[in-house]
Amino acid sequence: MRQVYLDHQAATPLLPEVFEAMRPYFTEAFGNPSSLHQHGLRARDAMNQARAQLARFIRAESPEEIFFVSDGQEAANLAVKGVAYANQRKGNHIVAAETEHPAVLNSIEFLEKQGFACTRVKVDREGFVKPGDVEAALTDQTILVAVHCANHDIGTVQPIAEIGAIAARRGVPLYVDAEAAAGWAPIDVQAMNASLLSFSPHKFYGPKGVGVLYRHKRARLVSILHGGVQEGGRRAGVENVPAIVGAGLAAEIAARELPARSAHTARLQQRLWQGLQAAVPFLKLNGPPPGPNRLPTNLSLSAEFIEGEGQLLLCDMNGIAVASGSSCVSKSLKISHVLAAIGLDHALAQGNLILSLGKDNTEEEIDYVVETFANKVVARLRSMSPMWDEFQRGLIDSAIAPRGSGRSSSAHASALSGKPA
Amino acid sequence: MSESYTLYNQTVMDHFLNPRNLGDLPEADGVGEVGAAACGDIMKISLRIEEGRIKDARFKTFGCGSAIASSSMATELIKGRTIEEAMHFSNQEVVQALGGLPPVKIHCSVLAEEALKAALEDYLKKHPELARKTPLQSAPAGA
Repeated sequence: MRQVYLDHQAATPLLPEVFEAMRPYFTEAFGNPSSLHQHGLRARDAMNQARAQLARFIRAESPEEIFFVSDGQEAANLAVKGVAYANQRKGNHIVAAETEHPAVLNSIEFLEKQGFACTRVKVDREGFVKPGDVEAALTDQTILVAVHCANHDIGTVQPIAEIGAIAARRGVPLYVDAEAAAGWAPIDVQAMNASLLSFSPHKFYGPKGVGVLYRHKRARLVSILHGGVQEGGRRAGVENVPAIVGAGLAAEIAARELPARSAHTARLQQRLWQGLQAAVPFLKLNGPPPGPNRLPTNLSLSAEFIEGEGQLLLCDMNGIAVASGSSCVSKSLKISHVLAAIGLDHALAQGNLILSLGKDNTEEEIDYVVETFANKVVARLRSMSPMWDEFQRGLIDSAIAPRGSGRSSSAHASALSGKPA
Repeated sequence: MSESYTLYNQTVMDHFLNPRNLGDLPEADGVGEVGAAACGDIMKISLRIEEGRIKDARFKTFGCGSAIASSSMATELIKGRTIEEAMHFSNQEVVQALGGLPPVKIHCSVLAEEALKAALEDYLKKHPELARKTPLQSAPAGA
């Protein structure tokens, strides 16, 4: 069976040349970078080279502003908690977009239990943060602004430079979660006025097990992981040297290939969305239309009258790997908080599917996905769905293209379950 | 990939991919449609009942793989049972027959039990003389 991988936001395959660059650091160059002998110095040298590659990747002024942690989520924890603790004498207020990744939002929630306060800035129906709303949320107690570069769920690219200009003018550090954007959109921490920024190389053909945190040299940050004095005292624990080496090379290659990679996925993104739109009735795109304000890799879709986990499973049975933000996929049985934040109808959020493209996807694959999704996934699940049948009989209405007869799917579901819509 | 992995066990996957008793009964004697407050899934079960016995059952489900599998298995299990027996039907039977469900998916089997009981209730409403003889067991909450 044909295999089509469309979950590049979860993981990407490691580039063979990156794997080769990492290999010696598992075996012969195994030294601990804190050791003072040849073995340690060799590992330290490799790490410093990676720091320089990563500094160039995001246009940081100095490699000393690059910190290695275990993953992008750890980087988000360190950025949020580390800045909050470092500045708690100055204030206790954090401003964050309500569509931040859970690594950011849950870190903030943890801080709120300790006396910090947070204003969650609302987004519009396409997921955009308005810079003016960020400014309006600032108080004289604000010690951190956290806004992501591009959304992990719906691909919305935020006006981060405008937000950064406001933060700089008001003297508040800006932390940018660039996890979804890095490798696919150019990152320039200076143009963004970012004090902190984080990402993971496994999103752009580098290894898992390493996250990168940029910290401007004047931004105050304390460690949240205590022990040895690794990473300038900001993060205890022996560094994952092979992964760090891989991160540096993957970033160098990503910077070089970024225009070609993103042009390629943008073309496929258009082809996929146009193909699906033509082949699948009652299908909605969540987030902005493909173009400069959307990541060139991401499509978040909602197929009406069917549920997302079923779509994911049937896609998988047909060799197509995708993700979903449906309540049935989450361990908490809640729909994606991003879909809730953009005001998406609950039943549509339940029918959510997330497809993320990569550099190796082909037009042929896209055409296979369109055909399979229309005929073997959506048509099949609709034939099983009582809602599709009730829609045909005019008992419930479409939220995507209302006909004006019958109640909405969500109102219907809520009437049946007794739970408010 | 040379090997293949599944999210659910083989029985659940089989009932999801090859659902039994899918559809509606045009002249059903009882129809129950219920929704899950937890996740938003919807399940509809239609019954044909003759001489106090379930002759046929059909389902339609808006929900995840385990919700579809649960309703498929529930309709298989209850065919041939008397109304009285069906009243005592428990979601645990579905879970066992499916060879287990992940803890977070147990509520799918509860929904199948609720849909079945709603269909029986619908039938008994139309046959009040039977309703007096077989008081409806309420579904255990969140079992």
